[in-house]
Amino acid sequence: MIIEMVIAGIAVIGLFAALGLVLVIMERRVAAWIQIRLGPNRVGPKGMLQSLADTVKLLVKEGMTPNGADKFLFNFAPFIAMMVAMLLMAPIAFAKDFQLWDMNIGVLYITAISSIMVISILMAGWASNNKYSLMGAMRSGAQIVSYELSAGLSILTIVVFTGSLNITDIITAQADGWWIFKGHIPVIISFVIFIIAVTAETNRAPFDLAEAESELTAGFHTEYSGMKFALFFLAEYINVFIVCAIGATLFLGGWMPFHIGHWEAFNQVMDYIPSSIWFFGKTFFLIFVIMWFRWTFPRLRIDQLLNLEWKYLLPISMFNLLLATAMAILGWHF
Amino acid sequence: MFEEIGTNTEGDLIINVGPQHPATHGVLHLVLTLNGETIKKVEPHLGYIHRSIEKMCESLTYRQFIYVTSRMDYLSAHINNHACAISVEKGMQLEVPERAQVIRVIMDELTRIASHELWWGAMAMDIGAFTPFFHAFREREKINEIMEETCGARLTMNYYVPGGLMADLHPDFQKKVKEFIILFKKKIDEYDELVTGNIIFINRMKGVGLLSKEDAVSFGVTGPAGRGSGVSNDIRKLYPYAVYDKVQFEEILETGCDSLARYMVRIREMKQSILIIEQLIDNIPEGDFQAKTKAVLKLPKGEFYTRVETARGELGVYIVSEGGTTPYRIKFRSPGFSNLSALDKMARGSKLGDLVAMMGTLDLVIPDIDR
Amino acid sequence: MNNEELKTKITELLPSAIFDETGEWLNINVEPGDWLSFAGKLRNEESLFFDYLFCLTCIDWKTHLTMVYHLSSTKFRHNIVVKSTLDSNKPEIETVSHIWQTANFHEREVYEMFGVNFLNHPDLRLLILPDGWEGKNPMLKNFEDPINMIKL
Repeated sequence: MIIEMVIAGIAVIGLFAALGLVLVIMERRVAAWIQIRLGPNRVGPKGMLQSLADTVKLLVKEGMTPNGADKFLFNFAPFIAMMVAMLLMAPIAFAKDFQLWDMNIGVLYITAISSIMVISILMAGWASNNKYSLMGAMRSGAQIVSYELSAGLSILTIVVFTGSLNITDIITAQADGWWIFKGHIPVIISFVIFIIAVTAETNRAPFDLAEAESELTAGFHTEYSGMKFALFFLAEYINVFIVCAIGATLFLGGWMPFHIGHWEAFNQVMDYIPSSIWFFGKTFFLIFVIMWFRWTFPRLRIDQLLNLEWKYLLPISMFNLLLATAMAILGWHF
Repeated sequence: MFEEIGTNTEGDLIINVGPQHPATHGVLHLVLTLNGETIKKVEPHLGYIHRSIEKMCESLTYRQFIYVTSRMDYLSAHINNHACAISVEKGMQLEVPERAQVIRVIMDELTRIASHELWWGAMAMDIGAFTPFFHAFREREKINEIMEETCGARLTMNYYVPGGLMADLHPDFQKKVKEFIILFKKKIDEYDELVTGNIIFINRMKGVGLLSKEDAVSFGVTGPAGRGSGVSNDIRKLYPYAVYDKVQFEEILETGCDSLARYMVRIREMKQSILIIEQLIDNIPEGDFQAKTKAVLKLPKGEFYTRVETARGELGVYIVSEGGTTPYRIKFRSPGFSNLSALDKMARGSKLGDLVAMMGTLDLVIPDIDR
Repeated sequence: MNNEELKTKITELLPSAIFDETGEWLNINVEPGDWLSFAGKLRNEESLFFDYLFCLTCIDWKTHLTMVYHLSSTKFRHNIVVKSTLDSNKPEIETVSHIWQTANFHEREVYEMFGVNFLNHPDLRLLILPDGWEGKNPMLKNFEDPINMIKL
């Protein structure tokens, strides 16, 4: 049992490192592609080792702690960010029967843990003793707390349809078609809201107010350097991966291959593609969409950001949940 | 205690934007008084790159001082040079050959497009969209190449001399400019697709940084920033110089008085600049590119004031001559300095995020403010 | 309005004005004491309407300083130059920053560069020069800085 846990722990850390490297290089390549330039192309074959080189650089850099900072909180904040990201990894099903912990309240667990993320950002912003950091942290607090509601409500739509909080149950329920196809309009609406809300929750552009470069220099991580900065950086990418994985699991069937109702022959052909490829394919597609947002949209202003949530997304998702519940009770879905 | 946490006695947060800050595009230093995210006061502190060009020019001859001015508003280097060249020509009553005048106007307009493109990219980056910057630089690069071929430099060109131009055009000039016109007309629509029509962008710009027409005049806000408030102040139309009276173009006026209006003025102005270049590029008259001048230029005793329209607004060059080979006193009325003075008025009561939109649409170039 | 009309109109407003027409625009010399009331009239008189102060500067003539105001009207498009001679030992003139708001910054620049004291200016502090330069006025002809200034 203990050995199993150690192996799982090492595997998660390994996955973290690998994901961080892959996502950073992917982000830079996507950015370069959108921005009509080449992107990293010097280190390793086609620049694939660029993020590894960057990591080494960050590792050997001095991790400075400002004089006026609250030393304990300042140094502790990046670890909380990292721990939250790691904890979120537990209930995710990477492939068929490949899951760290298949708990019966998987979805609840994810929504609960992901809201701890804001604590690390507030902590970092407060402890830095820097006005930019503080403002970034306050913005981030307001933003994450509000968008959590929409994200939660859009996840609830799927829970209502499936009737279970268990990740495996949700995936198996999509064996005859993904929710995005089966669930009619309510699921499509909640999918769109989910993508918007998680983009905001992970502090990615166009909702990157917490680090708004042109306004707050770097927001809550202005004072961080070296590996402590790298942990925030890594946590951001891991979070992007996790929210996309959750989106893929809930709306696009997770590892479940593309099935259409009872077309047995077609479904069996689809089953030949390994389930892990389905999972990662869907996840990376969503990651690409979020990166696409980042490199095309301008940033919102703080009041517009909150308006969007409280005046539009929240009422829509509440009504949508009501609609979905009615449909689930009446059985109006495939 | 208050000093320690950086608040004033009313508990407002005092925050320094700059001298090194990603949104100021240079070493501008703004001291903001904030109540939460709302701006109560903006106080610019200048001088981080003040080189005292006015004082330097007092010991430079009339041939030399023109080139220092390239370093003022480095994005409209040609136009600054043009203003100085006109002042000297006015004083000496030099007749500039038609060919030189036409080339000067083409160069000025190319500079204006290049400057507006850089502004467009940088402003979008301030708002948080990074991609436009690269798209803008792609086309700007073409202008820089054209400039490099003819002038030998890409940013501080130093191409104008009193009485004309330093050298004749590169043989490829007309061909390259025509290619650029075709390319640019396609790309300007792409700009609109990428930024102008974006709902987030419009929300960020509309109603932000309001500056009424009366205030714009009172603060001396000129150029596209003033025209965004509906003030007709295009020197090219009002007091035409070179061959601007012979070409057809529109003075762009918007009445929105906000950041979006200032943005639209610049976008539309780029199209007008293309129009001017199109009219002139096939009609560059043959002849000398430089008038015959003496080796040593001496201006008669008196005062000479020249106004030109740079990419940022009205540049005034005020030369006071005592009859010698160097100016006795020279004053550059730079557009950025006056435009910046209106920032406090515009910013009060708006959010911190709006400040970057305002600074972006005022198109501040710090060496132009500091001189 | 052309220069002749401007002259008659301005003589009505300020009989002591001295005109000089050698330059491009009409030059008017006023006493520093008359300037504030004259400026208000130039701005508010309907037929003149000089609402745009496009240049404000100072010239050091070694024996005296001259304030130069370039004024324009966005309505009538006529321009004038107003000059006022100041005593270089005690250069003082009333501010016009409440009439033309652009004068606020321009006057601060003149204050630090030439040492002209603008009376009743709302915020007369150094704008460009760093702290510690109060009283040193680099644009004056007799200013010496052995380290930073290079004689050509």
